[in-house]
Amino acid sequence: MKFRRPLAAIGILAAGLMAGCGGSGSSSDNRSLTIYSGREEEIVQPLFETFEKQTGITLDVRWGKSAELAAQIAEEGDNSPADVIFSQDAGALGSVASKLSALPQTTLDRVPATFRDGDGRWIGTSGRVRVVVYNTKAASGAALPDDVLAYSTPKYASRMGIAPTNASFQAFVSAMRITHGDARTKTWLTDLKNNGVKTFESNRQIVEAVAAGEIDYGLVNHYYLALVKAEQPDAPIANKFLAAGDPGALVNVAGVGILATTERAKDAQTFVDFLLSDEGQRFYSTEAEENEYPLVAGFDPAPGLPKLSELVGESFPLTRLADEEKTTLEMIDEVGFTV
Amino acid sequence: MRLASLSESRRRRRHVGVGASRRPPFLLVAIASLTVALLSVPPIYLIVRASNSGAWSIMNRPATWHTVGRTLLLVVCVGACSLIIGATMAWLVARTDLPGARVWGVLSVAPLAMPSFVAALALAGATGPQGLLSKLTDAAGLGTIRPLHGLLGATIALTMATFPYVYLLSMASLRTLDPALEDAARSLGRGRAATFMAVTLPHLRRALTGGALLAGLYAISDFGAVSLMRYDTVTRAIFGRIESGVDRRPAAALGLILIVLTAVFLFAEIVARGRSHLRSGPGLRRAPTPVPLGRWKIPALAFAGLVGFSFVIGPVTVMAYWVQRAAANGTLGEVEWGATVTSVLLALVSAVVVTIVAVPVAVLARRYPRTWTRAMERTGYGANALPGVVVGLSLVFLAARYLPAVYLTFPLLIAAYLIRFFAQALSGVDTALAAVNPRTEEAARSLGRNPLQVLREVTLPLMRPGLFAAAMLVFLSVIKELPVTTLLIPTGSRTLATEVWRKTTIGAYGAAAVPALVLILVAIPFILVAVREHTLDAPAESPATTLT
Repeated sequence: MKFRRPLAAIGILAAGLMAGCGGSGSSSDNRSLTIYSGREEEIVQPLFETFEKQTGITLDVRWGKSAELAAQIAEEGDNSPADVIFSQDAGALGSVASKLSALPQTTLDRVPATFRDGDGRWIGTSGRVRVVVYNTKAASGAALPDDVLAYSTPKYASRMGIAPTNASFQAFVSAMRITHGDARTKTWLTDLKNNGVKTFESNRQIVEAVAAGEIDYGLVNHYYLALVKAEQPDAPIANKFLAAGDPGALVNVAGVGILATTERAKDAQTFVDFLLSDEGQRFYSTEAEENEYPLVAGFDPAPGLPKLSELVGESFPLTRLADEEKTTLEMIDEVGFTV
Repeated sequence: MRLASLSESRRRRRHVGVGASRRPPFLLVAIASLTVALLSVPPIYLIVRASNSGAWSIMNRPATWHTVGRTLLLVVCVGACSLIIGATMAWLVARTDLPGARVWGVLSVAPLAMPSFVAALALAGATGPQGLLSKLTDAAGLGTIRPLHGLLGATIALTMATFPYVYLLSMASLRTLDPALEDAARSLGRGRAATFMAVTLPHLRRALTGGALLAGLYAISDFGAVSLMRYDTVTRAIFGRIESGVDRRPAAALGLILIVLTAVFLFAEIVARGRSHLRSGPGLRRAPTPVPLGRWKIPALAFAGLVGFSFVIGPVTVMAYWVQRAAANGTLGEVEWGATVTSVLLALVSAVVVTIVAVPVAVLARRYPRTWTRAMERTGYGANALPGVVVGLSLVFLAARYLPAVYLTFPLLIAAYLIRFFAQALSGVDTALAAVNPRTEEAARSLGRNPLQVLREVTLPLMRPGLFAAAMLVFLSVIKELPVTTLLIPTGSRTLATEVWRKTTIGAYGAAAVPALVLILVAIPFILVAVREHTLDAPAESPATTLT
């Protein structure tokens, strides 16, 4: 007798769980999209909210690391519940390109060909530049080398941080392999390791460690500076932009693709077009705390940033990053940065 | 051989009543079999997955074995620190005249409310140039404190999360120790120290090895604290692999390494545990006379104070400071009621489900002892060897491919918790069952009830307090859980633990402190209830699996 009551209670609780918080279980006539987002929630949430308000389409977002979500899509195969992948790295998009459907030409034409897939299956929505972040008490930007190869010496490496499991770092290593060849890249990585480079989980942690004086330099994306400055306005940190075309100044993109298996292709297209709309791009020029580069012509980056055209040198199509990823990961493994 | 088995079955019959010769009810067998089948899914799937070509190359890499070495080092450090702190606190509280024993007792279990990654977060936030401790030392003209990272940081954070388990087990064990035994040793001419070595310590041995094992297993499977402390263990390496994407086979191979490591520790504990020392007679036990601390009173108080301050008051102060700082510069964010409700409901449902499902396995093994029912029970305890990341990863593999209907749904997540925390529930349920006299059940049988009716009308009601305690402990484990939840939570849902973690990884410590404090506040009442129930009971048959 007494045993029945807990059973009834659990039934009610379970029902509450399903009803109250079952985001994914929403019915199909309710217009909603499932987004796998490698972009951080704090960064893109305002953009997502604007989209929801304008279109009435609800976004169910699975937040994670770009590569992790790409691997998950690969794992899920035709069963993937995702409609759209929003990645912070071209490599991750490239690795699932075969599972994405081609975007219409009008969409693709919004950004320069460098920043999208050759077969039109994914498109960049904003740009991020690799930089050396440094502690202004320890160094002056003008005196720092503008060739990333110079940073593997003990002078820099012993006071430097990298994030070897981070997709942006891996894309940068791929870029170095394309520019300088495998042998030179491996030597460079080995030097870094032997000269005592510190490894971190994320770009963000590196910039914080530089701000705290734990290290003096870090290989990161440019926009983390603005994010950390927002929390610690007095932090003694600045970005050193390297020479145009240097792999250490790689211009990578955050981008988006629509899963070929989606049943909500039309709404997914609306979402992609929103990200590339004037409003979506203006977000990066003015609103976004993180100072990413808008990619559509006519939108300038946030004040104080060099123009994108000054950074892109003799470049290669970003599609190549995905092809190089496997070898790059193996190299990072071999050097012993990852297990 | 026949003779041996005959006497064996006779011996058992005396203890278990008539059930031994009856056929076990089909319903119980069915549920228990399904459960055991579910428990064996992760290891089987990992083996299949990792046995694809290429994955084993990681075994040839020195970095892999360095990581295994670092993992073992961490396990030893955490096990030793937890053992010393937990057992000392238990002895001081239970057996000495330490002033304020109640307060110290509560402070020794309160860290159970704190997930290891919150402990690590608080440590990292106290040290380093921006840290609270550094602000104090800087103001005092002593300069700032270096940020705490690596082995030392990970050890402190994980000790914080695990020493309460050692404390609880030692406490339960100390309570069952008859002071008459110690008196006998004293009257036979042994001194206080010699008595402690000859009587008290052997009695505690099981609790201590069990506690050390718990701490060690926790350290092996922990992900949050080692990541924040940037200390590479096998578990962190697996997550690194998952995040780097593309090829997940190496993650599966590392998962198998992790299972083997854990199994080795489980086995080592069985060896170290030794024979248990039990009281011979059922007579009444008198309350122990507290040991006068004398001139040791001040050092003892200082020790207890340090433990209470560093592991409870300090971390909570750090988080309160962050909240205040974030509130000042407007980055605080609100209390996330959605995540709070999801956390609590999820933990409640899981606690009830896991506890109920553990009942058939426990009942079969105890009331219908056969080779196969004992084997089921052992498999149940063996599930302890499955770290969260392994459970999560294997269910992602499996469900994404073959069970799309449940993939990324709450039922699958709860099934994962079932696998992860089954051993913990089983131990609690078995303890509760052991307290029920089979004669009572036989009386009900003789009055015409069938076995299932007896279970429902007699056994389960009698087990209630114990079942309740077991469910509370599962509740606590689930609400703090991170790796399984991260991998399997339905898209769009979040829990307090995942919120703390997500905000921590983007460096929003002030915003992370809010859900962390909510989580602690939610967990505290459950801890107090669970601890009260737990310490009233006799120690479980296998202390190692009581609390994991």
